[in-house]
Amino acid sequence: MNTIVDNFLNPEILVKYGPSIAIGMLETVRLSVLVLATGFFFGLVMASIRAFRNRYVNFFIVVFADIFRALPPLVLIVVMYFGLPMLGVRLSGFAVAWITLGCVMTAFTEEVLWAGMKSIPKGQWDAARSTGLTFTESLAFVILPQAVRIVVPPLTSRVVATVKNTALASTVAVPEMLSRAGEALAEGANTTPLTMAAVGYLVLLLPLVIFTRHLEKRYAWSVH
Amino acid sequence: MQAFLANFFNLDILAVVWPQLLAGLFVTLKLTLVVVPLGMSAGLLIACAHSFRKRALNFALISYVDFFRAFPPLVLLVFVYYALPFVGIELETFSAVVLALTINTSSFFAEVFRAGIESIPRGQIEASRSTGLSHTQTLRSVILPQAVRRMMPDVVSNVLETIKLTSLASVVTLPELLRMARMAQGNTFNATPLIAAALIYLALLWPIVRLLSRMEKEQMAAH
Repeated sequence: MNTIVDNFLNPEILVKYGPSIAIGMLETVRLSVLVLATGFFFGLVMASIRAFRNRYVNFFIVVFADIFRALPPLVLIVVMYFGLPMLGVRLSGFAVAWITLGCVMTAFTEEVLWAGMKSIPKGQWDAARSTGLTFTESLAFVILPQAVRIVVPPLTSRVVATVKNTALASTVAVPEMLSRAGEALAEGANTTPLTMAAVGYLVLLLPLVIFTRHLEKRYAWSVH
Repeated sequence: MQAFLANFFNLDILAVVWPQLLAGLFVTLKLTLVVVPLGMSAGLLIACAHSFRKRALNFALISYVDFFRAFPPLVLLVFVYYALPFVGIELETFSAVVLALTINTSSFFAEVFRAGIESIPRGQIEASRSTGLSHTQTLRSVILPQAVRRMMPDVVSNVLETIKLTSLASVVTLPELLRMARMAQGNTFNATPLIAAALIYLALLWPIVRLLSRMEKEQMAAH
């Protein structure tokens, strides 16, 4: 029991590395917020463009969404961080994490929103257009507000996945929570910093996970 | 353009590193074939246990599921790999990765199976029980066969995410595809191995993404 406390919840280590982990947590939050905002914005833009049903444009949107849903985010980060410098483009780890995770979030947001928009009955479009709204107005004021409601549960799960993915930034020297915990672990030869980081992630994400559970209950599959 | 091709699509380099990448792909596939069935069975077990509606048990099961859905898999992997040795549990790299990924994916599969089981109207369970079937028989012969159809898109989606997760193993130096590509890139000072690895992942995973899109479309049309 003592070895467990000494190794996983060592008070001295808690005090010594607590501040560093807290700064790392702020970095995790900063990266998450930027990635999520980027993903929501471009996902919304792409889904809206897709609603115009231009075949050639939509082909590119589908290819983009497929690639970023198929490739493991760590592979994307590694390719960009270690590959681009060979073209003379050197981006910081933070920029690489932001761009790649932002693209992944964009792809998922676009897919989820598009599925939501398609599930709105066609009559809603017809009704909106017949009141004199233009196509864009119908999309913005009639279809999207209803679609957003439908997509809240899957999108919340994606938000959780995205925040968890920010831990991948530790592999490209972004001083976020996991990478600071890793350094402290090596320096102090003690796993307490890792426990702190784990608690940090749970504080950020457990409320969201429990929230999705309640959402799923509210929007439960229709009981036939 | 010449520099771009030489650095990213260099066929000479590809020929040299190809065997390494294949060896990496083999480890990725092996990891997938171990983790997916393990995570799926553990998840199914949790969901079936949950359907007995024992309060204390369900609280424990839901806590496990939510805890590990909120826990970043990379943090879990680092924990298993670097922290367990401090308490005397030393796992070999492959086993450590299997353990961490199985814990992670089991919670997601459990959630899918639980929702699937609960989507079948309660009356079905009552009707089967009243014919004399036990709860386990009811689950196996009545509920699960009906639930499987509905769960398929979510199951496929979880399999996809699990295969993507195997790339994390590169962080703890398991020689899977991404790790081999990184090493080959370091040895050749060329990005071609990375691009090739990305293309291999794409070839492996794109069909699953397409399948998933089609299943989701069908499910939406059925509603």
